[in-house]
This record gives sequence, C-alpha cells and structure tokens, in this order.
Amino acid sequence: MDILSNLALGFSVALSPWTLFLAVIGCFLGTIIGALPGLGPSNGVAILIPITFSLGLDATAALVLLTSVYYGAMYGGRISSILLNIPGDEPAMMTTLDGYPMARAGRAGEALVISGVASFVGAFLATVALALVAPYLARIAYRFGPAEYFALYALAFATLGGMTSNNQAKAALASFIGLALALIGLDNNSGFTRFTGGNLHLADGIDFLVAIVGLFAVSEVFFFIESHGRESALGVRLGKLVIPWGEIWSTRWTMLRSSVVGFIAGVLPGAGASLGSFMTYMMEKGIAGEKGGFGTGVAKGVAAPEAGNNAAAGGALVPMLTLGVPGSGTTAVLLAVLMTLNITPGPTLFADRPEVVWGLIAALLIANFVLLLMNVPMVRIFVRVLTVPPAILLPGVTMISFVGIYSLSGSYFDLLLMVGFGVMGYVFRKMDIPTVPVILGILLGYQMENNLRHAMTLSGGDWTYLFSSPIAIGLWVAAILGFVAPMFLRRFLRRPSVAEADRIVD
Amino acid sequence: MIRSDRLFGLVAVLAALAYIASAWNLPPGNMFDALGPRAFPIIVGCGVLISALAMILRPDPEPDWPGLPTLASLALATVVLVGYAYALKPLGFLLPTAIAAGILSWQISGRPGLAAATGIGLSVGLFVIFRYALGLGLFALPRALAG
Repeated sequence: MDILSNLALGFSVALSPWTLFLAVIGCFLGTIIGALPGLGPSNGVAILIPITFSLGLDATAALVLLTSVYYGAMYGGRISSILLNIPGDEPAMMTTLDGYPMARAGRAGEALVISGVASFVGAFLATVALALVAPYLARIAYRFGPAEYFALYALAFATLGGMTSNNQAKAALASFIGLALALIGLDNNSGFTRFTGGNLHLADGIDFLVAIVGLFAVSEVFFFIESHGRESALGVRLGKLVIPWGEIWSTRWTMLRSSVVGFIAGVLPGAGASLGSFMTYMMEKGIAGEKGGFGTGVAKGVAAPEAGNNAAAGGALVPMLTLGVPGSGTTAVLLAVLMTLNITPGPTLFADRPEVVWGLIAALLIANFVLLLMNVPMVRIFVRVLTVPPAILLPGVTMISFVGIYSLSGSYFDLLLMVGFGVMGYVFRKMDIPTVPVILGILLGYQMENNLRHAMTLSGGDWTYLFSSPIAIGLWVAAILGFVAPMFLRRFLRRPSVAEADRIVD
Repeated sequence: MIRSDRLFGLVAVLAALAYIASAWNLPPGNMFDALGPRAFPIIVGCGVLISALAMILRPDPEPDWPGLPTLASLALATVVLVGYAYALKPLGFLLPTAIAAGILSWQISGRPGLAAATGIGLSVGLFVIFRYALGLGLFALPRALAG
C-alpha cells in the first residue's frame, strides 16, 4: 500500500512536538477567527501569513500552522451562526437556519456539540479522500503541457467568476483587473519593466500578500465604520453543555451523505465550501421532507451544512495541491502561502516534495482531532470571544495587518498599496464586484502569461496550438460552460437568505 | 444621475486604453519568445475593455452608498491609514498605532473613552506581543529619541 507508507512519512514529519504545538496554536487561533463575525478563513489566514513568515518558520511548520488556522476557522464559523444568527464566515450561512432556532429554544449547547461532531466527520472523511484522490489527479496532471495549463487557468477564472458572482461582466472585469495588476513590474523573460510609470517601488511587482491583506482584511474596517459595529455581540450566554449521544447517532447518515456531497462540491473549481453547505442542506431537507422540520431547529439541519462545508474545505485542497489552481477565496490564500514558501503546487509537488504534501495531510488529520477536542468540551472559551466589541477587534485587525506587511518589506509604499487595496475592496464589494478573482489574477497572472508564451514559442506562434489536445479542448469547453451556465442556472440555484445574511455581516 | 456601474465602467475603459497603449510600446517577440512581453498585456487590456463596456451597457441596480456623513468618516479613516503608513517608520510603533487605532475605534463605536483605551491598549499590547513574544524588529519610539 503506497498510501500507508506515504502517510507514515507524513506523520514522521508532523508528529514532532514542535509541529504538534503549532497545530494546537493554529487550531485555537483559527477557531477564534472563524467565530468572530467579520473575520473568516480567508482574511484570518491572510493577516497571519506575513507574520508567520517574519517569524522565519520553515516550510512544513508554516504550512501546518496556517492550514490548522484554515481548518479551525471552518469549525469556528458555526459558533456565531448558532449563538448570534450571524454567520462567522460565508460557508456557515446555512448553519444559522437551524442552529439559531435551536439556540433560541435553549438548546445552544446541543447545537454546538452536534455541529462540532459533524464538522469533524466532514473534515476527517474529506482529508482521507484527499489523501486517496490527490495522487491520482497529480498523475493525470503530469500530462499537462503549457497549452493545457493555460486552458486550466482560464477554467479557474471562468468557473470561480461564474459561480460566485451575480453579474458575469463584473466577474470577468475583476479577473482581468487582477491579471493586469499581476503584470506590473519587471518581465523576467525579456528584462523590460512594464506599467510601473517609472516608480521604482513597483519594479518588483505588486506583492500578492499586500493585495490579499488589503482586499480581505483592511476593507473590513471600512464596513464596520459604515455600520458603526451595530452587530456587537454582548450578552451571549450558553447554558450547560450536555452531549446528546442519541441525537448525534440519529444524524449519522446525514453526516456521511453530506460529507460525500461536500467533498465533491469542494473539488469542483469555483464551487467551494459555500456551495457545499448549501447543497447538503437542501439535499437533506429534501430527503427529510415536510416532517423533517428543517428550519425549526433540528439536529440534522445543523449536521448537514457543517459536515458539508468542512468536507468541501478538504476537497478544495485537491485542485489546489495537484494543479496549483485554487477553487475558492480561501484556497487562493493558501496558494499564496505555498508560493511565499517557494513551494510550487502541481503534479511535481507530489514527486519532488513528498514530505510537504504528506506532512500537510498528516497535519490536517491531527488538526481534526485537536479541533474536535477544542470545539466540543472547550467550546465555552470561544463563546466568550464573541463578546469582544468590534470597536476593539477591527482596529486590532488593521494594526496587525500593518505590522505584518511592514515586517515583510519595511517599506511604507507597500503599506500605502495595502490601504489602496482596502479602499478598492470596499468599493468593489459595495458594487457587487467579486474580489476573489482579483486575488486569483494577481496570484496566477505570471504563470498564465509564462505558459501562454511557452506554448506559442513551442508552436512557432500558431494560436491553434492552444486547442490542439483533447485535454485542452475539454478544459476550454468546461471553462465556457462554467462561465455561461450559471447565468441560466441562477434562478434555480438562487441561495435563500444569502443577500439577507450578507447585509447582516456587512 | 449617472449610475455607479456606468461611471466605474468608464474609468475602467480609460484605464484599459492607457494600459493597452503602454503595452503597445513594448518590443514584439523574437524567435526564442514568440509572443514577447506585449501580447498578453494587450489581451488582458482588451478583456478589461470588453467587460467594462458590458458594465456600461447593462448596469446593475444602484448599490446603496452611505450618506455624506458616513462617506466623510470613511475618507477620514483612509486619511488616518495613509498617515499611519507614512508615520510608522520615522515615529516608531507606539505613538502612531495608539492614534490610528484610537481614531478607528472611535469611528466604529462613537465612544471616545473606549476609543482612547483601545488605542493605548492595542498599541502597548501588540508591541509587547510582536516585539517580545514573536521577536519582530519594531521600534517603540521615534528613532531620533531612541538614538
């Protein structure tokens, strides 16, 4: 068994006391970040990246820490959904539908425990599936040449933009703006600087970390200034905590089904955890029928979306690790982590750096157990965190963002750029222009151009080379479908309460 | 009144034209690099152009922009952050952080007492964490004073 020896290698990397310690810290921070309204997996990981690198951790350690934060934030998102009816992050939206009614009925403790166990089941099964599926996909990806990679990047932009936005033109615009920003600076192939306007600070290009922290974290403070932090969460209370074994057992099939569906939703580019939790909730609601009482506070109603979104979080790692193409905002941030560590995701990663891949997978398995312990017996600690008023939290987040970026480069110019991206994030989100494609563009722009130039050089300038292999044609067809189909599917896939919940978060 | 989407689209069209014009001046490809540094930027610029034109032709309903007082306080917040970016290096960590965090906190809660406490608390607390727990090289005070 290949996989067992691979996992053994992974655990030999991940089971050192130091990495375990980092996993615990990461899970703890992640759960807090996920629970706090206004901070989710993507901006939580984003503000921690620069700080992690300033600490000078090695690649495995940094990866373990930040992926623990990622998984932790996915677990934590449910806490404020259940107690406050405010999703801590977007994927936790569906958990409010039954979680909050349960809390109102005095069963907050049960809702937290059931959703915690569901999160564990979803995330654990997805991590196992990741370990099984990823090496196969990596083997297929070996047959990708520059033309196929170029088509793959186009697919990522098309589906991510198509699925996550309400307006195709705006999604496309956001992707192209990201790509345009990525091309600023020195062109490594020709030695020319492009689009710097003579500004020396721009010669190295725009650091994607600056853009990520600005768009995801700094823009948040503007939203809280606009709303004056009305959603402050003072006065949350949690009764005594009992573990409802019977109820957990009664949701076992719900959890298993939701994990499978969530994982598949996560693997698909552009779908991600939000769609995973939406699909699983609707599926279970359909299976249970009228008598299921979904929406009134039933155990299955919190188990399904939590298993679904945590499974999707694991599934989203498959395309990110094997192809280097993130399927969601959070995995885009994780791709940024890898790129900053000088690790190039893709098929070669599995052959060249097995200790990174399998160490990461082992760390995720460990993180799951740590998170189960933290989120069931120790959930009280995190409930207390919810009482931090935004007037302290958001300035704190902003200052941490500044220090993080400043400690990377020591340049005021990067800080100014970050503020600029913060303003841009506010305006874009106000105008319903998605910001994730911008990040994706900045992350992938360089490789996308390189693959195109490489392909054209190989073919001697013949553009039909881009569509010359079956894999490439398949990817282009999928890209067009992924971009166009949501326009027609939107009226069926319209997510209930998304607009409403968005307003609450903002 | 002009719709936001149209205005934004117009700005994007102008920016895209400038971007394409700038790319046009780059050299064409050669036999080792068939496309050269100009082709992809021109493609991207055209992408911006087309999607921005689509936004102008079919704008979405107007987003609910905040009123003038809120816009003013958002502008103030931006000015504070820009000032903070410039001040962090010459003035050290403590003073600019306390002021910037205090103003942001006051803008969110509207309570001056809480804001002052937040500013001072965050400034000192974060400094201790960053400098002593995480070992980042931050300066507490203006360089001139600290020597």
